Amino acid sequence: MKVRKLFISLATILSLAAPPALADLVLPWLSYRTGPYSAGGIPTADGFVDYFTLLNERDGGIGGELVKIIECETGYNTQKGVECYEATKGEGSLVYVPLSTGITYQLIPKVSVDQIPLQTMGYGRTSAKDGSIFEWVFNFPANYWDGASVAIKHVLDENGGDISGKKIALVYHNSAYGKEPIKTLEKLSEKHGYELTLIPVDHPGLEQKSQWLEIRRGQMDYVLMWGWGIMNSVAIQEAANIRFPMENFIGIWWSGSENDVIPAAERAHNYKSLTFHGVGTDFPLYDDLKTYLHDKGIGSGDGTSIGTVLYNTGIYNAAILAGAIRKAQEIHGVSDITPAMMRDGLENLVVTDEIMASWGLPGFAPPFEVSCENHGGDGLAMVKQWDAQAKEWNLITELISSDKEVINPLIMEDSTQYAAENNITPRC
Amino acid sequence: MQTLLFALEVSINGFMTGILYALVALGFVLIFKASGVFNYAQGVMVLFAALTLVGLQQGIVPFEHLINNLLGTSIHGFGWNMPTLLALLLTLLSMLLLAWLVERLILKHLVNQNPVILFMATIGLAYFLEGFGDLMWGADVKKLDIGIPVGISDTVEQATHEWFGYGFFIDRLDITASIVAALLVIGLTIFSQFSKTGRALRAVADDHQAALSVGISLRRIWVIVWSIAGLVALIAGIFWGTKSGVQFSLSLVALKALPVLMLGGLTSIPGAIVGGLLIGVGEKLFDFMIGSMIGGATENWFAYVVALVFLLFRPQGLFGEKIIERV
Repeated sequence: MKVRKLFISLATILSLAAPPALADLVLPWLSYRTGPYSAGGIPTADGFVDYFTLLNERDGGIGGELVKIIECETGYNTQKGVECYEATKGEGSLVYVPLSTGITYQLIPKVSVDQIPLQTMGYGRTSAKDGSIFEWVFNFPANYWDGASVAIKHVLDENGGDISGKKIALVYHNSAYGKEPIKTLEKLSEKHGYELTLIPVDHPGLEQKSQWLEIRRGQMDYVLMWGWGIMNSVAIQEAANIRFPMENFIGIWWSGSENDVIPAAERAHNYKSLTFHGVGTDFPLYDDLKTYLHDKGIGSGDGTSIGTVLYNTGIYNAAILAGAIRKAQEIHGVSDITPAMMRDGLENLVVTDEIMASWGLPGFAPPFEVSCENHGGDGLAMVKQWDAQAKEWNLITELISSDKEVINPLIMEDSTQYAAENNITPRC
Repeated sequence: MQTLLFALEVSINGFMTGILYALVALGFVLIFKASGVFNYAQGVMVLFAALTLVGLQQGIVPFEHLINNLLGTSIHGFGWNMPTLLALLLTLLSMLLLAWLVERLILKHLVNQNPVILFMATIGLAYFLEGFGDLMWGADVKKLDIGIPVGISDTVEQATHEWFGYGFFIDRLDITASIVAALLVIGLTIFSQFSKTGRALRAVADDHQAALSVGISLRRIWVIVWSIAGLVALIAGIFWGTKSGVQFSLSLVALKALPVLMLGGLTSIPGAIVGGLLIGVGEKLFDFMIGSMIGGATENWFAYVVALVFLLFRPQGLFGEKIIERV
């Protein structure tokens, strides 16, 4: 692990010291392989890096251009994330993937000035879905407000469409990220008549006794969770401690990796989490990853994280960026694209079932289309459930669409306010 | 009546949580008391001890990622699990070895240096240990299970339900932690008060120069005190690691110990316990009674505010020694 980090650091230093070959497609990756959140950062980074290494090894890159990834270590620290951005933006970087809502908020004004796209898959500023205001920011295929709505729709489905009078608690990381779904859940509670209780947890979330005593006292019917890192595993343990029914405990997609359920072992059985991509390795792409990378010993890590939730997140993130690069090359008729061309590729991205299959990922994620007005995709997600005996996640629903009737006005309100504050005229 | 019962339940849980805070704070106190060093690495020592224990228990080959990278092998564990008692013993030996190395490689070279230099050295030690732990055992989240019962105590729940009509929640892990912490404090007190080494330790704590002048080996005392801090870190690591899984965020547990130290005093073992209990009960009760009115998540805030108030009026803490600088 350390040697790999050393190599990555050396590679980063060397890549910073020497200008990239002009033909490279440069993708910075603001990773966090160290620090308190490294257990989540490592598999995500491994998936992302493996995908592009595979394209380089198998296909000779994208459109004949090799992909060069510049990893910059943030330790999940917002300040370091901004430093990474400043240090790498002059390297011909095509798009930034900040992997943190905190870093995203800092980078939004910067990328708009520097005209480099920012892609935040399932995190970041939700109202960036409004592409008419956030020209350089993309948050497809789903955002936090979609997540909140999908979770409530799942609860509705389980209760025959009537959840009036039900007690639903939101246990959330007391940060910009954790607070994202509050407004949506409040609006949805007005619509469906459930009673919402907000229960914040301070960083890092090692101690949550008060919160779970409150849930026990309040006899909550459902608990939704917007957590990250150690907060997730502690919450699942505490839920088990008070004998909260795990099938009524639903986490956002960042609260649903193996890291979160393993510490509670069999007590985490039936815990649920949202997801916007598939689980496991039963996809043709994984055969290629084995053949071209891991059998040759050039894959990231030791291969044990392949097929885990966060590895798959990294794979999916890389796959849709590769799709956007292809689209940009197609639109502009050149293989060596610029950040502005990349933005066009992202804005015109169309992912169909056929395209997913051509990527070796049939049925892995929902189809979606990006447009000038809609940088956030269609907001579809599924629910997965942890099987503690088999130690695997299983998808238990079809794709669930978020409640656009509630979410779209909220997005419009927030993006309009942002536009007014920053003197932005809607583009489309 | 019901609110009173809830408050009582919250207080009992706060009391138990306070003991867990005190377990971490004890490590700081022991080292500060004997050497005047604020050990920034104590939180990472908790993590390192838990990592070593779970690594040994699960049969992980130390440095397997490094070995695989260097030699092109694909080793993934020994293929067996080590008995818990043996793993505990070996982890304890590792912590003793760590204490000896810390004295040998760091402290020995910094004798008579300004305390700030020693503090900076422990910052370096913290970062080294974190990276070393990652290299040795890997960064993935690991489940720690040494057989301590976890989850709600049915006995307590049933008994309180019969008495009050409301079943209290008390985590069995917290009950065990309380018993272990009590035994630990009794043991440390007996060791400190009645053993020859304990008296030497107190002598060093009182005055380094005077202790040296009567033939007490400062270096030996440092090894002993860092070893005891290692043992305390292991115990804290077991309980916190069982609660959350062993992962690198575990080192942040030190953040919960700081207000305890400010309150109880940096030089007092009973202070660490009392401070832990006061913070534990106080933060839980405050969150229960006031928290919901001001948006919740008040625990960290409350703990540090209380500590700040104590710093203003009693900088040495409740049981700390008064600092008198003579000119």
